[in-house]
Amino acid sequence: MTPPMENQTLTVPPVPPPDQADPPGAHQRKGAVEGSATWSLTDRIGLAICWGLGLLFCAIAVAIVVYLMIQGIKFLRPEMLWTPAAAGFSETETGGFSDAFIGTMIVAGIGIALALPTGIAIAVWLVEYGRPATLARITESTIEAIAGIPSIVLALFGTVIFSNAALGFLSRSSEGVVFGRSFFAAGAMLSLVALPLIVASVREGLNSIPRHVREASYAVGKTKAATTRRILLPTCRPQVATGAMLGLGRIIGDTAIIVVLLGATQNFAPVEGIGFPLDYLRGAGTTLTNFVYEASPTGNLNQPQKAYAAAFVLLLMVLALNAAVDVVHRRARKVGTWSH
Amino acid sequence: MEPLTSPPPIRRLSTDDPEPVTEALPPVADGNGNAPRANGFTAAKRSIKAPQFSIRRMEIDRVSVHYADRAAVKEVSLPVRQGEVLSLIGPSGCGKTTLLRSLNRLTELTTSARLTGRILLDDIDIAAIEPTLLRRRVTMVFQQPNPFPMSVFDNIAYVLREQGSRRARKKTLEPAVHSALDRAGLFEEVKDNLDHPALKLSGGQQQRLCIARALAAEPEVLLLDEPCSALDPKSTQVIEDLIVRLRDDVAVVIVTHNLQQAYRIADHVAFMYLGDLVEYNSATALFGNPREQRTKEYVSGAFG
Repeated sequence: MTPPMENQTLTVPPVPPPDQADPPGAHQRKGAVEGSATWSLTDRIGLAICWGLGLLFCAIAVAIVVYLMIQGIKFLRPEMLWTPAAAGFSETETGGFSDAFIGTMIVAGIGIALALPTGIAIAVWLVEYGRPATLARITESTIEAIAGIPSIVLALFGTVIFSNAALGFLSRSSEGVVFGRSFFAAGAMLSLVALPLIVASVREGLNSIPRHVREASYAVGKTKAATTRRILLPTCRPQVATGAMLGLGRIIGDTAIIVVLLGATQNFAPVEGIGFPLDYLRGAGTTLTNFVYEASPTGNLNQPQKAYAAAFVLLLMVLALNAAVDVVHRRARKVGTWSH
Repeated sequence: MEPLTSPPPIRRLSTDDPEPVTEALPPVADGNGNAPRANGFTAAKRSIKAPQFSIRRMEIDRVSVHYADRAAVKEVSLPVRQGEVLSLIGPSGCGKTTLLRSLNRLTELTTSARLTGRILLDDIDIAAIEPTLLRRRVTMVFQQPNPFPMSVFDNIAYVLREQGSRRARKKTLEPAVHSALDRAGLFEEVKDNLDHPALKLSGGQQQRLCIARALAAEPEVLLLDEPCSALDPKSTQVIEDLIVRLRDDVAVVIVTHNLQQAYRIADHVAFMYLGDLVEYNSATALFGNPREQRTKEYVSGAFG
């Protein structure tokens, strides 16, 4: 793929005179790694610090994972995943955390279902259209601002929105007072947490497609919409997946919005009225992060063993997401890419 | 401490002593009193036959293109004929690619570009043709091979299908896909691997796939923007042969940096310099006996 002709004429390596030539083998460098022997002292210290910090970081990450695994394997019983929490005096009597586990899945589902299409649409508009330029700039900074807002602030704002009488059907309400806490409310605000990550990732993907690829599609009479739909978005699949996974990770890891907008009850609290699944979504509930907080020594439940078990489940979910991203990327690499 | 007697051994890139430049030999008239020939082109063989016929397909009529306030193309008029290959040559930034892109209104994708003058396709002003329809009649191949990240078959099928639709089944499209690949001289090589990802083909095969893709739309004019500059000499030759074969079915316009290539495959050559069309003539005349001084200097390698 590299143009073979252009670089050859420029660099002619100096041929050493025969008497000064190195002994055979001395020139066979293993890789092109530059030795640090000739560096100044400060550079060498800097390099050492980089190495040290890198190793330290790895050590911390490994320590967290290993510690949680040991604790998790020790305390996690599979039945915890399908036993709801119950009132009791000791850890053996209080059941499991099935409601929290399912609750995590629900907010993740709602959040990503809202954030993914929106995020892709925004990214496509920013990269492929982006006119008028002022509006594009405003959108960009808005997304960045959302990314920077602490989720507790989003949560507070969410209570204002979802306590609105017009949105009363999304949560419990009695005598005209809207409770404003439900899976719908929490999922909707959590989608805002995931949105910036998705937009950033998809934008990066679209920007990495060379301009001539788009033009090749236009040059056979395809519209911008058809090109985006059939060429650009399929090409960005790995970045879309990355964005979705990062977003999911943020959603299932968020606690503030859950506490404020989901009610943080220990069990599902469905609101009767419409029918089976929707009633649950209109009601309050909890998620694993909230359960871990409540079960930890600082929380109300004080069941540290179950806290570790739930944290371990959470960790497994995040690791599974990372593995999924890896698979998508590896599959994309098989298709190949263009030279720029 | 010893005073420094010589400067520290820092290696610098010399700027006063440039590397020797191989100078172009002056054109020499041969003993028979023939016109002096531009350096190098006497040796290159022009093996292609003279065109059998030529039909005027496009007419570039006093076209200027401005990017913001910089003129990229100035008042250029040229005919584009089926049955022969037209080559646009000139140094970088001379406007040849811009002129090529204006032929299927790709310049309009650049918001700052403004075009004046007329371009006619079969006597109809292309400004009056809907862009997507025009671009199916005047298709283009780019400098970098850019097959779409899908299978070889789907790359062609994408062109044949309606916009973003997936309709028209594989079976119905098969003959058209095969014929497009065949016209681009690729079918024999890929007929067993039509499901393979197109980006795993070699560079030369990718570029021929791009040509097949451009041909699949059944265009009247085929635009090629330095189609061989990213390829090795062998693939280049395959594509040059292909271009010469195609000239009877479509009008071919090729932009090239490679003068030898223009000499080998073009029937007519237009030399552009700083946006001006300096000289337009048959390839033999333009390279062998240029009328203009600037053309003479360019084809003899004095600048470029």
